Amino acid sequence: MRSALHAEWTKLRTEVGFSWLLLAVVAVTVVLGVVVTGAVHCTAPAGCVPDLPKLSLSGVQVGQVVVAVLAVLVISGEYSSGMIRTTFTAMPRRLTVLAAKAVVLTLPVAVAGCLAVLISLLASRFLLARNGLSLPLGEGAVLRAAVGSVLYLVLIGLLSLGIATAVRDAAASIGVVLGLFFLFPIVIGMVSDPVLRRHLEQISPTAAGLAVQATTGLGSLPIGPWSGLAVLAGWAGGALAVGLGLLWWRDA
Amino acid sequence: MTTPTITPYRSELPAGRDGFGQLLRSEWTKFRTVRGWVVGTVIAVLATVLIGVLTAKGSMCSVGPFPGQPVGLPCTGTIGVGGGAVSDTFNFVHQPMTGNGSITVRLTSLTGEIPVGPLRPDAGANERPGLQPWSKAGIIIKQNTTEGSAYAAVLATGAHGIRMQSDFTQDTAGLAGAVSPTAPRWLRLTRSGDTLTGYDSTDGTHWSTIGSTRLAGLSATVQAGVFATSPAYVHVVSQSFGGSSGTGGPTQATGVFDHVELSGTPPGAGWTDTGLTDVAEPQMGAQNQFHQNGGELTVSGSGDIAPAVVGGTAAGSPIETTLGGAFAGLIALIVVGTMFVTAEYRRGLIRTSLVASPRRGRVLAAKGVVLGGIAFVAALLGVVIAVPIDEHLLRANGNFIDPAPTVADARVLIGTAAVLAVAAVFALGVGVILRRSAGVVAVVIAVFVLPRILATAGVLSTGASEWLLRVTPAAGFAIQQSLPQYSQVDADYSPAGGYYPLPPLAGFAVLCGWTALVLGLAFHLLRRRDA
Repeated sequence: MRSALHAEWTKLRTEVGFSWLLLAVVAVTVVLGVVVTGAVHCTAPAGCVPDLPKLSLSGVQVGQVVVAVLAVLVISGEYSSGMIRTTFTAMPRRLTVLAAKAVVLTLPVAVAGCLAVLISLLASRFLLARNGLSLPLGEGAVLRAAVGSVLYLVLIGLLSLGIATAVRDAAASIGVVLGLFFLFPIVIGMVSDPVLRRHLEQISPTAAGLAVQATTGLGSLPIGPWSGLAVLAGWAGGALAVGLGLLWWRDA
Repeated sequence: MTTPTITPYRSELPAGRDGFGQLLRSEWTKFRTVRGWVVGTVIAVLATVLIGVLTAKGSMCSVGPFPGQPVGLPCTGTIGVGGGAVSDTFNFVHQPMTGNGSITVRLTSLTGEIPVGPLRPDAGANERPGLQPWSKAGIIIKQNTTEGSAYAAVLATGAHGIRMQSDFTQDTAGLAGAVSPTAPRWLRLTRSGDTLTGYDSTDGTHWSTIGSTRLAGLSATVQAGVFATSPAYVHVVSQSFGGSSGTGGPTQATGVFDHVELSGTPPGAGWTDTGLTDVAEPQMGAQNQFHQNGGELTVSGSGDIAPAVVGGTAAGSPIETTLGGAFAGLIALIVVGTMFVTAEYRRGLIRTSLVASPRRGRVLAAKGVVLGGIAFVAALLGVVIAVPIDEHLLRANGNFIDPAPTVADARVLIGTAAVLAVAAVFALGVGVILRRSAGVVAVVIAVFVLPRILATAGVLSTGASEWLLRVTPAAGFAIQQSLPQYSQVDADYSPAGGYYPLPPLAGFAVLCGWTALVLGLAFHLLRRRDA
């Protein structure tokens, strides 16, 4: 397994644009978070109780797109260049290969996610303080939102890896992944039946997963913070299982 | 001795054609022989239909249930003379008028109140003042008392002075200023054939013309009289985060008229009070009232005489509600458009293509034409299949689909297909620039879909949302807007309220501008770089 990890890490870090993509995860997350938080103006503090930590972390919604690209490149690049055959010749155990890929993807995404979340929160705290609003970083709910956002990005990476393993082609994989991310919110916005809407919010990987960022009004959410993240974990696990099943079943 | 003449070698083969038609044909052959691209295009059609069906299935509309009814009634709407959805709810005190004639009144007061009702359950409190900017009272000549029929009216408003309005969409300003007993307004409306002319005056002797309008096909006998109505108040608390919250409810306006003079009406005819309504819902707490005290008429009413807007008084769904699936088709077509060029780079086929046709700009143009054409046909097919099915499902769920004029309907359908086709060509251009398919698909989907999600999900402030939908390629979706904004109707015209900041064609032009920019850069790089 160690040698598998080493091999996968070497492949990933030499991937064209790998470090740029990691940098982009941090950059787009922070920039959107700062733009959204900078737009908060509360003239009447009594009538305005925004979920400030959630707003500060809203950049994750764009950051996840970059994470998905990174995750798809981990496997589909090998299929387009034919490298995958060499990989399986050297390491015939496909579970080992996929597990190694998942691990070497998770670590850089987790590091980039931590940086992105930390910088977003600190920058938002600074911006909000100028508008007379406070963002208590030490509070339990804020910590949950911060840790949850990092886990969210990691799970998004694993979900994308699973889908890309099943779909193989980079463009089609990204299409499926982003379709999964974006079509749920669009359909949810158009459905007027409250029961169906609630169900969709509970099963959508992004809407349910992002529930972990909520710090206020938890009672009115369609799904609780940790159970929402568990839904996303279920999606990621399912996608990886399908990907693994196809790896076993199909020729490379 | 004669030297034998040597004929230079000429190939027996006919000269190869390298016209643009050949290029188109080769690109078409490439497209139709790659299974993945054809499958992707079919998926685009199916996804457009299926996601549309899903959203339509999940959209119900009902009013009530009211006391004595077990279930709510389906939503209804009114179709105006122009063929568009309208709101036509007001209290009409009228007399028949035959042939040419005129009506003149003095309006001494226009007041409004928010009645006590279910939405304002502080029973015991009296009605509170609530004159809306577009509360209306004045004189009207209308084809008949059927909702949606042709009309012209001269009216006073809560905050926009005297207006002459006709056939729901026409609105001309007259005298400014509010009506009060110390500043009454004289209003006059005359009919001459099909032409109706409105006048206003502050003293009843010096009249000025506001405007005139032609109501084609007006019958000989019409209904003329005074009216009052007042649109629902909506108090939207817009928040720069998490969207907006609003409260609202019906309001009621009261106009007091005297010095009523009519011509063209039967001598000695009395007044008839008719409450027009286009919603099954009883106006909660609001009542139509009419009192006559000598020559003074007091009329109260609730509702509006206006074109329908998204989220307005008329409880309909615009046609673009049936196009939820277009986003799914968009994503599939972006993937196909990207692969159409990145696969050439991956397989090295691009070198063959460029050897066969060294003029690179023409290769790019041929690819764009073939891809755009295929994407347009596929998207149009998806939309044309999806819309009737979705309309049927929406109606079965009690929704009222706002009819728009046929031109607007066609613009929405063809425009949606055009946006999807241009998006695929945009992806092609970005594909030539970046060459790496994963990045291309992610960037293109993000710039097309993300702005709309961010703008309508209430994450951003209204200003930021409008800015996003003005400058990003997502502005092109404005072409789906079937119900325009009207200055004479107050509504939430923000992206969260269902309105794009740009007019349909301007939004589409922004999208085309971006695509031209991307194609220009792609052309430049294609010529400069090695393939």
